[in-house]
Amino acid sequence: MNTKVELRRPKAPSRFKHYLTAIILLLLLWGSAIQTESSFSELFHGLPNMLDLLREMFPPKWSYFDNIFDAMLETIRMALVGTTLGAIVAIPVALLCASNLTKRGLIYYPARFILNLIRTIPDLLLAAIFVAIFGLGPLPGIFALTVFSVGLIAKLTYEALETIDQGPIEAMTSVGANYVQVFLYGVIPQIQAHFASYVLYTFEINVRAAAILGLVGAGGIGHYYEITLGFLEYDKTSMIIIFTLVIVLIIDYISSKLREKLL
Amino acid sequence: MMNSWHDRVQKPKKSRYRWLIYVALVVVYIWAFAGIPYHGIKETAGQISRAILTGIFSPDWDYVYLPDGEDLLRGLLDTLAISILGTVISTIVCVPFAFWAAINMSNSRWVSGSGKMVLSFIRTFPEIVMAILFIKAVGPGSFAGVLALGLHSVGMLGKLFADEVENMEHGPVEALIATGANRMQILWFAVIPQVLPGFLSYTLYRFEINVRSATILGVIGAGGIGTPLIFALSSRNWDRVGIILLGIIVMITIIDMISGAIRKKLV
Repeated sequence: MNTKVELRRPKAPSRFKHYLTAIILLLLLWGSAIQTESSFSELFHGLPNMLDLLREMFPPKWSYFDNIFDAMLETIRMALVGTTLGAIVAIPVALLCASNLTKRGLIYYPARFILNLIRTIPDLLLAAIFVAIFGLGPLPGIFALTVFSVGLIAKLTYEALETIDQGPIEAMTSVGANYVQVFLYGVIPQIQAHFASYVLYTFEINVRAAAILGLVGAGGIGHYYEITLGFLEYDKTSMIIIFTLVIVLIIDYISSKLREKLL
Repeated sequence: MMNSWHDRVQKPKKSRYRWLIYVALVVVYIWAFAGIPYHGIKETAGQISRAILTGIFSPDWDYVYLPDGEDLLRGLLDTLAISILGTVISTIVCVPFAFWAAINMSNSRWVSGSGKMVLSFIRTFPEIVMAILFIKAVGPGSFAGVLALGLHSVGMLGKLFADEVENMEHGPVEALIATGANRMQILWFAVIPQVLPGFLSYTLYRFEINVRSATILGVIGAGGIGTPLIFALSSRNWDRVGIILLGIIVMITIIDMISGAIRKKLV
């Protein structure tokens, strides 16, 4: 009797796959640890150094504020200009990538492929390359942020474009509207709030990015990290970090409130 | 006739303060664009960008594998190892943070509120600055990069994990409570099975981001492919810049494809 009940019970799914996944993951971890020469004893030995560093960072040197205020303004300016230029360039790119507006696969597949390639290069590397091309200053930083923004805004926008209601577009096409008219009165009203929200979101990211671009000489407040760390003035470094945090939090707050209103 | 049409369809009313917003925007933009120094572009800009472009299209293939030390494959492997370790560390560290910040796991708003604050504080702290601090602690090298990524990712992963915990079904938890399960059993049999696919998917997503971050850590000496890239840029070795960029692009594209395919299967 008992064995019959046992037999009727469904078998538990095989665990072989889980074990295999776990083993592969452990092997990956082990290999990575060797490759990066990570060891917890090193971290343990390094901890006192780090505590010393943290102790030197406090209290922050508040008077350094006057020195970095202009650089902070430049950082915000770079983010603003970079985001705006990126948003302008992103509009035609997004239109090319959207499969419901650009009906030819021959155009939108390559366009998306190029967009994906652009998005693989991180902003700081872009900035390093542009610094090599244009020289030091905020301009290469702005170009790097522009390219980065195009990648992000165009991707978000073309995905939103593909979900718009086709009704108004069909209605306008059937009364003989040309492509520009369809775009102005059929597409833009449906997409503008999303687009504005994506631009604001990108602006938030760009402010954070602009704050570190100075590390490669692309303008903004990041330059002061190198100066203060180079002279071992950690109290000034912590002032930079705190100031950046405050500005980023304020901008995030304003921007997220605006985005809530938009959508 | 014209009038009746206008009576029927009225244009939507626009806010009276609209122009104020426009003026503010214009002022901000004038301030932003006027403050940028447009001079100071090197005359060689066109020449160098052409050199980099030709470098990308005729890369220094010899650099892909060198028998003795620093080459592209080893740099990429290093970058990959940093991002794998960093992601795993942050995934382990962020789980308690996630349960701390999830509102349905705690008794008071204050507890979860403070958890969310801590997470957003970690999130706004740039990983490259963290890497600078860790370099001071453990010396330059990949390990500093691992620690920086591991700590920085906790901010975002913790928030995403907390959202996942907040969105889970409460039924199984109640059912287990009714059968007299203790807290550990509830966690193991009701909570974990529900949140695990989401957790894994977010971890993979963060891994994609971390691979990108790991490529820039080398800029400040925290290991990975960034260091040879900066060297190649400063020594004007454009062919090498080309092959390194190509390597980064290929690696990230492949990882995005694999990770995206797994994530589609998970959720």
